[in-house]
Amino acid sequence: MAKISIKNLNVFYKNIQALKNINLDVETNEILGIIGPSNSGKSSLLQVINRLSEMNNSKVTGEILLDNESIFSLPINSLRKRVGLIFATPTVLPGSIYKNVTYGPKLHKKFKKSELDELVYFALNTADLWNEVKDRLQESASKLSGGQQQRLCIARILALKPEVIMMDEPCSGLDPISTAKIESTMVSLKDKYTFILVTNNTKQAARVSSRVAFFLSGEMIEIDKTEKMFTNPKDKRTNDYISGRFG
Amino acid sequence: MFKIKPKTTQVIAYSVLLALTVITIAVLVFIILFIFKNGIRELSWSFLTQPTKEMGKEGGILPSIVGTLLVTLFSIIIATPIGVGSAIYLTEYTKGGAIRRIISFGADCLAGMPSIIFGLFGFIFFVIMLKMGWSILSGGLTLAIMILPTIIRTSEEAIKSVPNAYREISYSLGGGKLDTIIKIVLPTALPGILTGVILGIGRAISETAAVIFTAGSSLNMPTSLFSSTRTLAVHFYILAREGISMPKAYGTATVLIIIILLINFIAYRLMHKFISKYY
Repeated sequence: MAKISIKNLNVFYKNIQALKNINLDVETNEILGIIGPSNSGKSSLLQVINRLSEMNNSKVTGEILLDNESIFSLPINSLRKRVGLIFATPTVLPGSIYKNVTYGPKLHKKFKKSELDELVYFALNTADLWNEVKDRLQESASKLSGGQQQRLCIARILALKPEVIMMDEPCSGLDPISTAKIESTMVSLKDKYTFILVTNNTKQAARVSSRVAFFLSGEMIEIDKTEKMFTNPKDKRTNDYISGRFG
Repeated sequence: MFKIKPKTTQVIAYSVLLALTVITIAVLVFIILFIFKNGIRELSWSFLTQPTKEMGKEGGILPSIVGTLLVTLFSIIIATPIGVGSAIYLTEYTKGGAIRRIISFGADCLAGMPSIIFGLFGFIFFVIMLKMGWSILSGGLTLAIMILPTIIRTSEEAIKSVPNAYREISYSLGGGKLDTIIKIVLPTALPGILTGVILGIGRAISETAAVIFTAGSSLNMPTSLFSSTRTLAVHFYILAREGISMPKAYGTATVLIIIILLINFIAYRLMHKFISKYY
């Protein structure tokens, strides 16, 4: 069964149509890679699924179902707890590492101190950061390196115990080693979560995703198994993009 | 054509800017030294702890110290929540529309108003109409209105400078607007807001015209919010203007300046402690 089912989705920002009639199913426990040049609507799609787009005067038509329930009828904070979004630029909140991880969960319910400690361990350990920061949880998060900050952002989402994790070019500013760490984290977690990975890096999509969708100017051109997509795409534009002829 | 070498331009710019800075500091140092030189010999334990006698010619200034601190404290307690509250409303709840421009314009006008106007208003409104009389209450409320625009504007700038990414992160984790403001925006903006509050304290504590009309000039020790009191600045003004005692006037001014320096020092220390803890 599809975890997220998108039907006839159109998104407008003022006069610009950012997404045109998108129909797309995201399967449970898959890593769906979304590739495409900038301005193709990839990020808009994530913003709509998380309903962050509502902050910037967008108009949305069509339907998005999460476990067969319309996301537009869900309470917004429970939707955002279930569907986490990780941004391209790692932004840590002011305050300690510990506070960064516990901020999200504490918005949704009250925790005992011991429960929070456990949650922080779980989130940081799962995001492959625990060993590097376990001795300085109370120190400011902004002192971490870029790669560590991005993993902290992932930990922050994991602490919410979400069902879907969406990443918007999570490695765009990171070095290859940090990128490899984040990719291996993703792969090791895909049995428990559903991932949507937006990336400019087609090789990254090829490395981690089970299926890949190609977006161009707000349209979804093609979606297929990763292998098929990179060896034998149906559409010429897909082929041109992944072989580096444009984009 | 005559051309200055880039290096020479650098040297000129450096020296001009340095000179301007030195002038600024020099004026400050000169004023403080001048007041201290004339006032420091008046300072003594009894000057600080004795009641005022013979209109200020003899005795200490304890009632004025207490009165000054009470009026200032009261005005800050009133003005800070109102000012920060309106700054939050302006930045987080209005979308840069007409309301915001009108309120900001109003606040700017209010900030440029001469303080004697506030004094007159306070006198007519609080002292006479609301029958509060010359009191710490009337004085504090008047000063609160006077420093409100300073607090609103500095808080507004501080809140605006909180990166929008923080808000997005908070929303994306399921935070509501109020959660985001209380847990993310305000703590991040706190140093800037504090700067506004310090500026407000500075204005309130050294104000004469607005308080002389509203808090009165009683030399008795204040016993309640309804007591009239004479703040240090007013005391200094009366001593000097009526030629009662110039040494005592300088002594009073010295105490006032020391209090202001102390408040600033403590506030900046607190701020740095806060900043180094979080950033």
